[in-house]
Amino acid sequence: MPSEDVRLDHRIIAGVVEAGSKILDLGCGNGDLMYLLAREKNARVQGIELDEAAIYECVKKGLSVIHGDIEEGLKEYPDASFDDVILNQSIQQVRKVDEVFEQALRIGRRIIVGFPNFAHLGARSMLFFRGASPVTESLPYHWNDTPNVRFLSVTDFKQFCTERALRILESHYLGGTKEIHLWPNLLAKDALFVLVKA
Amino acid sequence: MTKKGHPIGVVETQYLTFAEGMDPLRLESGKMLGPVRLAYETYGHLNEERSNAILVLHALSADAHAAGHHKGSRDPGWWDAMIGPGKAFDTDLYFVICSNVIGGCKGSTGPSSLNLKTGKPYGLAFPIITIGDMVEAQLRLIDFLGIDQLLCVVGGSMGGMQALQWSASYPGRVRSVIPIATALKNSPQQIAFNEVVRQSIMADPTWRDGNYYDYGQPEKGLAIARMLGHITFMSDQSMEEKFSRRLKNGNYSFKFGADFEVESYLRYRGDNFVKRFDANSYLYVTKALDYFDVSNGRLIGANRCERIRFLVISFKSDWLYPPYQSQEIVKELKRKACDVTYCEIASTYGHDAFLLEVKEQTNLIRPFLDKTFHGYEVAEYAI
Repeated sequence: MPSEDVRLDHRIIAGVVEAGSKILDLGCGNGDLMYLLAREKNARVQGIELDEAAIYECVKKGLSVIHGDIEEGLKEYPDASFDDVILNQSIQQVRKVDEVFEQALRIGRRIIVGFPNFAHLGARSMLFFRGASPVTESLPYHWNDTPNVRFLSVTDFKQFCTERALRILESHYLGGTKEIHLWPNLLAKDALFVLVKA
Repeated sequence: MTKKGHPIGVVETQYLTFAEGMDPLRLESGKMLGPVRLAYETYGHLNEERSNAILVLHALSADAHAAGHHKGSRDPGWWDAMIGPGKAFDTDLYFVICSNVIGGCKGSTGPSSLNLKTGKPYGLAFPIITIGDMVEAQLRLIDFLGIDQLLCVVGGSMGGMQALQWSASYPGRVRSVIPIATALKNSPQQIAFNEVVRQSIMADPTWRDGNYYDYGQPEKGLAIARMLGHITFMSDQSMEEKFSRRLKNGNYSFKFGADFEVESYLRYRGDNFVKRFDANSYLYVTKALDYFDVSNGRLIGANRCERIRFLVISFKSDWLYPPYQSQEIVKELKRKACDVTYCEIASTYGHDAFLLEVKEQTNLIRPFLDKTFHGYEVAEYAI
């Protein structure tokens, strides 16, 4: 599969994951990422997803997925069951953020977190110039129908990691089609971190 | 036997007799049973490697006739919508076996069978049977068919319990398990329903302590037992849709006749059931449900997860075996870090949904079996 067809965040995560790893993908959606990791990294993947329609999509791809809420679905896993626990584009929809991170760090060696950056230039200018809640490529929802309940920036998340004694092993900033390195809290549409307990 | 691509067509129930003479079947209660006869049907072909066999297990009152139809009858098997060429259990690809249970009355040894010691039907002299005992009998069948490892064991409700029991008793003999609308154990509410079912049969004076075979079934008691069952198989919503408060004759009769359609439906189902199911078997089989318990780590042993995949299915409106009980199965499998897929199908049909929600179940089961059978094709190139 040529890597150009693969979403940038998925390509980065596939680069981060070691071959043959055991992976838990929280909020795995239609399973595109898990399928990529299973095929290209020979990873043993398991997903958790709330949306019934997405479950059928995952199963159709031959993936193992549990229909349920990630806030309730982690307690039973034994310690260190997975190499990586992935929270890609799902943490902004989680209410019990601390609890999910605590559980994810207990059951996984590392956490891979990806989220839309609320402090991106586009979002800022919408708020500043138009006085309107941001509706952007990474934050496509209007205030009245958004599934998002958490609005965080790169700076917010780094502070969160410092306070919770989480060590950032890798950080990736996504400008849309490619990674960026300059002023990430202003220019990154999405951010992706690999974390371990400090 | 079916040709590729052709409908299953006419099938015949087959029978295996074992545990004869000096080799009786030792039951969980410690009692011995023999000889034992087990009814089964098969569809499709066993491949050369004997690796494509699927064991389908049925619910409380069903039988080995899961698909196709019998000679001279147009009635399809109870899961005909799921078993056949191109269906969820594709008989062009897989060899499907449906096994009956001991303790029942559909061709396998049960309380209505002849007790060789007395020359009369067993009645209550028949030993208590557990789900584990049913699986022991099925194991003999699988051995007889020359199958070392089943590609899958699957069943809904009591069939799901048997599938779970296969994982608990013989994890090395199964590659995947699909428990549908079932539980690790019956809850007090489920035991309570079963107890009312049993009391209703036993309170009928024509039950005669189980020795009614010379006189005929305890029809009233058995019919009422089945009426209760049918209420628990449907949901409030499906009953509303099916019957609402519609009246049979347009007006109240101001008598205790069946005014409402739902009443006449239950009476019809109850009366029909009496013609096709043995009252004593209903006692034995509901007891087996109540004794079943693979909770507390008994579902699957440590280090057994590596080789078994699970697909757990529940239905949102099922209040007899509610989704929380399927979630308990999933939790148990998470504790052992097993490979598990779970889906709660948003059905309104209640417990009956496992017989009715064909499309959704097919969308889960077909790819799940395909993956179990073939595995992934891993790309040679890394990113």
